[in-house]
Amino acid sequence: MTEVVLTPNTEIDIKIEADVIKPDEFAGKSKEEIEQLIVWQGPDQLPLKNFFDVEGQGGSSAEETSILIKGDVSRVKMIGAEMTAGKITIQGTTGMKVAAEMKGGEIVVEGDADSWAGTEMKGGLLHIKGNTVDHLGCAYRGSWKGMSGGRIVVDGNVQSQVGGGITGGEIIINGNAENFCGIRQSGGLIVIKGNAIRAIGAEMSGGTIVVEGHIANFTPGMQYEDEQYDLCFEDIECGGAFKKFTGDFAISKKPKGVLYAGKEANLEL
Amino acid sequence: MAATIAIKNGHVFDPLNEINGDIMDIYIKDGKVVPELSDAEMKNAKVVDATGKTVMPGGVDSHTHIAGAKVNSGRLMRPEDSYKWNRPKTSITHGGTGETVPSVYLEGYEYAQMGYTTAFEAAVPPLEARHTHEEMHSIPMLDMGGYLVLGNNWFMMRYLKEGDINKAAAYVAWMMRTHKTYGIKCVNPAGVENWGWGKNVESLDETNIHFEITPREIIEGLTEVNEMLGLPMPVHLHANNLGHPGCYETTKESLTIPAKVKPNQDMGVEWAETKIDPTKDKSIYLTHLQFNAFGGTSWRDFESGVKDITDYVNSQDHVVIDSGSVPFGEATCMTGDGPSIHDIAVLTGSKWSNCDVELECGSGVCPFTYLKSNPVHSVQWAMGLESLLLIDDPWKTIMTTDNPNGGPFTKYPNVMTWLMSEAYRNETFSEVHKWANDRSTLGGVSRELSLYDIATITRATPAKTNGMAHRKGSLAVGADGDVTIYDIDPTRLDVTANYNDLLTKFRYADYTIKGGEIAAHNGEIMSIPERRTYYSDIKVDANEEKKMLEDVKDWFRYYTLGFENYPTPEKYLVNPTPINVNMEK
Repeated sequence: MTEVVLTPNTEIDIKIEADVIKPDEFAGKSKEEIEQLIVWQGPDQLPLKNFFDVEGQGGSSAEETSILIKGDVSRVKMIGAEMTAGKITIQGTTGMKVAAEMKGGEIVVEGDADSWAGTEMKGGLLHIKGNTVDHLGCAYRGSWKGMSGGRIVVDGNVQSQVGGGITGGEIIINGNAENFCGIRQSGGLIVIKGNAIRAIGAEMSGGTIVVEGHIANFTPGMQYEDEQYDLCFEDIECGGAFKKFTGDFAISKKPKGVLYAGKEANLEL
Repeated sequence: MAATIAIKNGHVFDPLNEINGDIMDIYIKDGKVVPELSDAEMKNAKVVDATGKTVMPGGVDSHTHIAGAKVNSGRLMRPEDSYKWNRPKTSITHGGTGETVPSVYLEGYEYAQMGYTTAFEAAVPPLEARHTHEEMHSIPMLDMGGYLVLGNNWFMMRYLKEGDINKAAAYVAWMMRTHKTYGIKCVNPAGVENWGWGKNVESLDETNIHFEITPREIIEGLTEVNEMLGLPMPVHLHANNLGHPGCYETTKESLTIPAKVKPNQDMGVEWAETKIDPTKDKSIYLTHLQFNAFGGTSWRDFESGVKDITDYVNSQDHVVIDSGSVPFGEATCMTGDGPSIHDIAVLTGSKWSNCDVELECGSGVCPFTYLKSNPVHSVQWAMGLESLLLIDDPWKTIMTTDNPNGGPFTKYPNVMTWLMSEAYRNETFSEVHKWANDRSTLGGVSRELSLYDIATITRATPAKTNGMAHRKGSLAVGADGDVTIYDIDPTRLDVTANYNDLLTKFRYADYTIKGGEIAAHNGEIMSIPERRTYYSDIKVDANEEKKMLEDVKDWFRYYTLGFENYPTPEKYLVNPTPINVNMEK
């Protein structure tokens, strides 16, 4: 695998849209050709080299190309958008829409990620080692079809609307989530190892959500089924006792959504 | 300022003049087609070499939803429609977004890129006429007009119930003038009024609440008034029960209602010289036949009912239809038929918007996705094409997608290619649900439309139907200098092997010329030509109008605005162009 190293070389004022930073674009290109790839800054189109020093060259194909971003890219949007193969490692915090509509390959963010990470993702792996904010793996605003495949792992916390409208794939959050996690979910799996605040699984019609920690305000359209122990979804394991609910009855007479809430943390339910 | 232009050596397709691919030159001066240019004029003329290319009049869309309150609601409720479909600004164009409900500027550019120069907004609620004209004001490239929604209007229902046809006519004339609109639109007659009480009407002889009038009486009355006044176009009908399995029977019966009404077009216009009589000869224009031709009794035994209706149309001379074809993919359903949109929202669980326009009409909006894997959608795709292929005479058919109900107008190239190529249809059959073949007759149709037929159903028929053939839809001397040049060599056309090529060629016309100006070239917008808004300025007996206005003013206490604020002044229109109707009075 051939590695291309990008090092931020300037302070960015207006955020840039850099969906060209992905193995699919870098593959088969020399250092100079990569430097000339175009990014948008507001209404202007500028070469990548205005924002990054480039070292190395692309591999023979996207599979053979890895990209290492050394530093903070919190004002760079859409890194790895629609990528199909290869690997991107970001040694810092990344901007909005990292891995948006990603189809394959792997992205590792060693710092935090801004909103809309993995939005409408279709395949591949996005691993955020820090925290992220809203709309992780969510549908774009107005749409009801979010992530449909692939896997997102967050080591830290997330905020609201995680997995909104997801139809497939897996989101695993090791920290806490806030509001409307899995809203309008119709497929796929969301696992929250920590706590959640409210409206978890609101208007869900399919798919599965597991919250191991405490849910502060429970979704009213959920109906209690029974208790289950030591859940296992292929390679994803959630140990302990869970209360199983189906829903959301607010949106359908026969909803197929399943919500597991950790028993110990939710004794009042 | 319109340039002088000479289009040389193109294969010309001009059905109103029975020109079928002949190699000819077309000359345009001062925005109009002229027989020839003098040597001096030729020196200053822009010459376009159309050798080996297809030349047609500019496209005319006689049914599209691109301006007004419901279109804007569609834009507001669909941010997701915009973010993947955006076009940056250029030195002469605005930027724009939106696939199924594009922003106003983008609508104009995208129509021009396809070779269209004229479009009619298919539903203008009277109270929203100002808004509609404001949006039309900002749509570049296109000559436009709008149809006034009158099928559930309180005044119309009252006058028709009382049998006072003269007052009804006076009301229509005054309303057209007041709201600067062009023709009569009738949507789910009597049914939308019932929707105010959460109900609908299910048959042509069911009376509605309070007014106790039937759809049949409204269709009868409106068509009678339309021809009594001599409006440019026939009544534009969106029939009852639209979108319900089995609705084809209602539609077929609706078409029989104006069978004996004699078409009468009483317009004071200067006619371009055409070989075929360009005047109105139809008494009813049924829109989006596909949506009005559902067979079966439920979604389980759903099937195409198109053939029954096309058989009827083939046997009659008073009907013209447009197809409302479904090209698959994203759509936004929007119509004055509030109850039908509610049904779609319940069926799909999708987001929904609904509006009652006071005493006049209503409407609804609901996003929709047509999937090749869905059995019903696949049959609908077949039905849209059946609508155009099973009617023998292309002078009775118009190609539309009921934009954006069946799909966005940017997919017209797909529909045109399906019509021209059986191979392309067969390829699609192999991708869609098998119901498309099992529950329609399309599989057995081997007809392939020619470029001449395409010019007929996208130019000549819509222009003639709408009473615009005096200046649109033909390349006759005196017609507007609106020309489309496609980079298609008719002598080398192979619709079996090369149909994919047609999709791009129709999507981006080589040249779109509007009033003698090159508006678009190969997908790029070259200039923003002058444009006009047409409306019908109808004269009626002054006494009748006075008596009618007394009623209207009396009932205006139920409106939320004052009578003086009701009309749309001419300043809302871009180049207002009245068509004088019924000048004898």
